Amino acid sequence: MNTDVVVIGGGAAGMEAAGRIAQAGYSVSVLEKKSETGGNLVNWYQLFPDRKDSREVLGYLNNVVRNEKLKMLTSTSVKSVDRQKGVYRIKTSSGEIIDTEAIVVATGFDLFKSERKEEYGYGIYENVYSSADLEKMFRAAEVKLKNGTLPQKIGMVHCVGSRDEKSGNIYCSKLCCVTAVKQAIELREMLPASKVFCFYMDMRMGGAHYEELYLEAQEKHSVNFIRGKVSEVGEAHNGKLIVKVEDTLAGRPLRMELDMLVLMAGMEMSGGGKEISELLDLDTGDNRFFKSTDNHFGSNMSNSEGVFYAGTCIAPMSIPETISHARAAAVDVIQYLKSAK
Amino acid sequence: MNKFGYSVAQPRVIDYESNDRSLSEYLNALEPSFRRCIECGGCSATCTAAAYTSFSLRELHVLIRRGESRKIQSALKKCMLCGKCTLVCPRGVNTRNVITLARNFKVSLNNAV
Repeated sequence: MNTDVVVIGGGAAGMEAAGRIAQAGYSVSVLEKKSETGGNLVNWYQLFPDRKDSREVLGYLNNVVRNEKLKMLTSTSVKSVDRQKGVYRIKTSSGEIIDTEAIVVATGFDLFKSERKEEYGYGIYENVYSSADLEKMFRAAEVKLKNGTLPQKIGMVHCVGSRDEKSGNIYCSKLCCVTAVKQAIELREMLPASKVFCFYMDMRMGGAHYEELYLEAQEKHSVNFIRGKVSEVGEAHNGKLIVKVEDTLAGRPLRMELDMLVLMAGMEMSGGGKEISELLDLDTGDNRFFKSTDNHFGSNMSNSEGVFYAGTCIAPMSIPETISHARAAAVDVIQYLKSAK
Repeated sequence: MNKFGYSVAQPRVIDYESNDRSLSEYLNALEPSFRRCIECGGCSATCTAAAYTSFSLRELHVLIRRGESRKIQSALKKCMLCGKCTLVCPRGVNTRNVITLARNFKVSLNNAV
């Protein structure tokens, strides 16, 4: 099969980039290894900062990819890639051979596996959850402890797998802070009798409307913010979680009992992205994400001619940033195809 | 008086469970802007009392929030109510009213050391 462009990854970035390239009249095949499209977005309930239902964004993306020039190949991954005379020959897991002029890498991110921070007790204590677990509970409209009761005191631990040399990730995932604030508000709305505590190193509210959400969490929802990185979590005989943290603003250690703990997992280079970096011989940075040719004006460009990046495969990004980045990738790809012909 | 140079070290840990946070709740209710503080320290930086004594409104805020009542009462006396802290606060906390209200709140502070 011949196509103008192959997009690897059918998440938000891959869908947006593929849809835009198809709209410009080029043929596109999207390879998605999972059975459904949407990537990490399908695991989320509401999105910051305006609490839009993720299904609305998925609906938009499904519309974008509805194009006769666009082929969506789900449950399909890349087996091998060869390049001859400017044409990439891709063999897929379903045995198909696709010849293409350009490739968009949109392999996204994986959420940090919280059990790697063993001291927080994920997978050890039954009421320690990840931010993604909590989204699932929100979607099911049921936030309960393992014994079926409602949590009264809930802690959110920021920077789990981010800004942490011990996890091998010194970078900031930049979206976990605002996710914690959003989830804290959702918890307070769903469980008005509960108390919510955010344990943070810095509140990184850099995006549009993030700071306003933080203020709303303090003022309207009485969410408590305690500055300090949780060092360890234990479980008492009554099932309560004991959190140890230095209250850096009081300059003293603080001990607190909680019913439930939510770990704000960071973002990492995806496993799929690692495979593609080896198959296509693409450069990766110290943070293990793909390395663009230039951080200022070439963030969609790779070290291989005809290979472009879209979305969180190069760095943590929010949904609006991902969509913008994917559109920019589409512009670069279209320009490349035009100049090649 | 300790004649032998020995003493019993008090635990430094803030025990959130046993602390009485009724003053914090009182301020949350009567001066809701109290909740907006982000501990930036702008109030303490401009404070004339802080320039000459160990008074820190930012620290006081944390102590009230955590229910660390031991140090609160003596700290409250150091404020001269000039209101410069209110002028600099980036979050619009009515700091002067926080102090005034806290001074009037005696009930639980009577138990304080």
